[in-house]
Amino acid sequence: MQRRQLIRAAAAGGVLAALGGCASRGGVPARAQVVVVGGGYGGATAAKYVRLLSEQRIDVLLVEPSEAFVSCPISNLVLGGTRTLADLTTSYDALTHQHGVQRVQDRVASIDAAQRRVTLAGGATVGYDKLILSPGVDLDFDAVQGLRAAHEAGTILQAWKAGPETLALRRQLEAMPDGGVYAITVPEQPYRCPPGPYERASVIAAYFKRAKPRSKVLILDANPDVTSKGALFKKAWSELYAGMVEYRPQHKVVAVDAAARSVKFEVQEDVRADVLNVLPPMRAGQIALQSGLANSNARWCNVHWQSFESTAARHIHVVGDSIQLAAGMPKSGHMANSHAKVAAAAVVAELLGLELNPRPMLNNTCYSFVGDDSVIHVASVHEYVAAEKTFKPVAGSGGVSAERSALEARYALSWARNIWSDTLG
Amino acid sequence: MRFAKPLDRSRAPRPGASVLLACVLAGFTATGSPAAAQDAQALQLRALAATCANCHGTDGRAVGEGMPRLAGADAAYLAAQMRALRDGKRPATVMHQLAKGYSDAQIDALAGYFAARK
Repeated sequence: MQRRQLIRAAAAGGVLAALGGCASRGGVPARAQVVVVGGGYGGATAAKYVRLLSEQRIDVLLVEPSEAFVSCPISNLVLGGTRTLADLTTSYDALTHQHGVQRVQDRVASIDAAQRRVTLAGGATVGYDKLILSPGVDLDFDAVQGLRAAHEAGTILQAWKAGPETLALRRQLEAMPDGGVYAITVPEQPYRCPPGPYERASVIAAYFKRAKPRSKVLILDANPDVTSKGALFKKAWSELYAGMVEYRPQHKVVAVDAAARSVKFEVQEDVRADVLNVLPPMRAGQIALQSGLANSNARWCNVHWQSFESTAARHIHVVGDSIQLAAGMPKSGHMANSHAKVAAAAVVAELLGLELNPRPMLNNTCYSFVGDDSVIHVASVHEYVAAEKTFKPVAGSGGVSAERSALEARYALSWARNIWSDTLG
Repeated sequence: MRFAKPLDRSRAPRPGASVLLACVLAGFTATGSPAAAQDAQALQLRALAATCANCHGTDGRAVGEGMPRLAGADAAYLAAQMRALRDGKRPATVMHQLAKGYSDAQIDALAGYFAARK
């Protein structure tokens, strides 16, 4: 049987079935095995690029519980009513069929770093030569009193991980009467997608302006100021949504009252809203925490920047939103894709016995919608500086939009198509 | 099927797994040899080119109409555009900010890489 057919057969028959059988390795030359945990921007990119950069010499297994990839970038437009969840959804099939990535729809229950193996929630154990972990963030609901219960009841939503909850929040916005108040709370930095809350406030304001113009958008920010593209967001709010969008800094949420639909803050007075969208503090995904990899404040994972190998365990590389970032790096999908390529190249180099790249590069481009057809960006380029063992922004590079524009709205949608293709296609 | 077997490291301990694998994998040679240095350089160039792929598609094969395709473009043209963007001679929304992050040597290497893609 040809290798491609084998891969297809495995995909069709389910990798799990294969995991249980066939234990023979007689006569087959050793091939390196990379296991990738998490199929978001970081993990899916890592899986694809280990295959590409090794010219298919290294086997890759992607462990991801979801059936398909749903993008967080662009998901605010579902809340604004100009896109559907289907527009954000991409199948994992191309990773399997075009790149030969094996995929198992499951979670990793535990990692044994000493024995280099992972145990899946379904019970199977898989060995690895290198593990690439991209678990994303977990939302710490317990950091806000009353939030876990309110979230589980479906009353106070986050919709920070795109999916069914995005649709549920959209339904709350549609059901809200004209003249109502939508409030979003922003946690202290660092959190996933720094400009995301401000983009969300903007596109929901655009929806209100169209559909219920007496309504209001409140941004209650734990930070002292807008954390990304501040001047451009504030200009858009005052010029496009005067009297509709209100920004309040220094509002750190400590508790919610689901029945009263109100939020309590550390210092400021309580706020009541018809639709409450509370974003709690975030931290590395659970598997990183329980595996002892979140060695920065028990919250984020420290890595050796040249290879993204964990500082806590050999042969485990951590990428994406779960790491303690270097200066100027945001927790973004684009950045996770960029991390994944550096990590994939380092893993391939190590497994093939090649010298590590002495100066890896990466970049970030992040577009934010401030209206239905109006967008701003922030961009940066980063290089590994060997003398300081970290990534630093390249002097003179990067910046933000000169002004919001419809041209950048087209670029933003084109960016999305291309990064989905680069990550999964 | 490599992932078919449960792991059994007691039977097959793999001290220095990466070195061992490097010897086994056809087409790649041990660290330190001239061939390995060439392979390392090729890998590093692919990784550098991958920093363009987020927006311009894997290996510069952009999808849709919004982003220029880099694969198969003329190398001199690509390098000249990057320099014009970097030096502010070609107006842009974002590319002038990104182009400033790449050196002349990197621009030339990238232009050659993408020109050689199909």
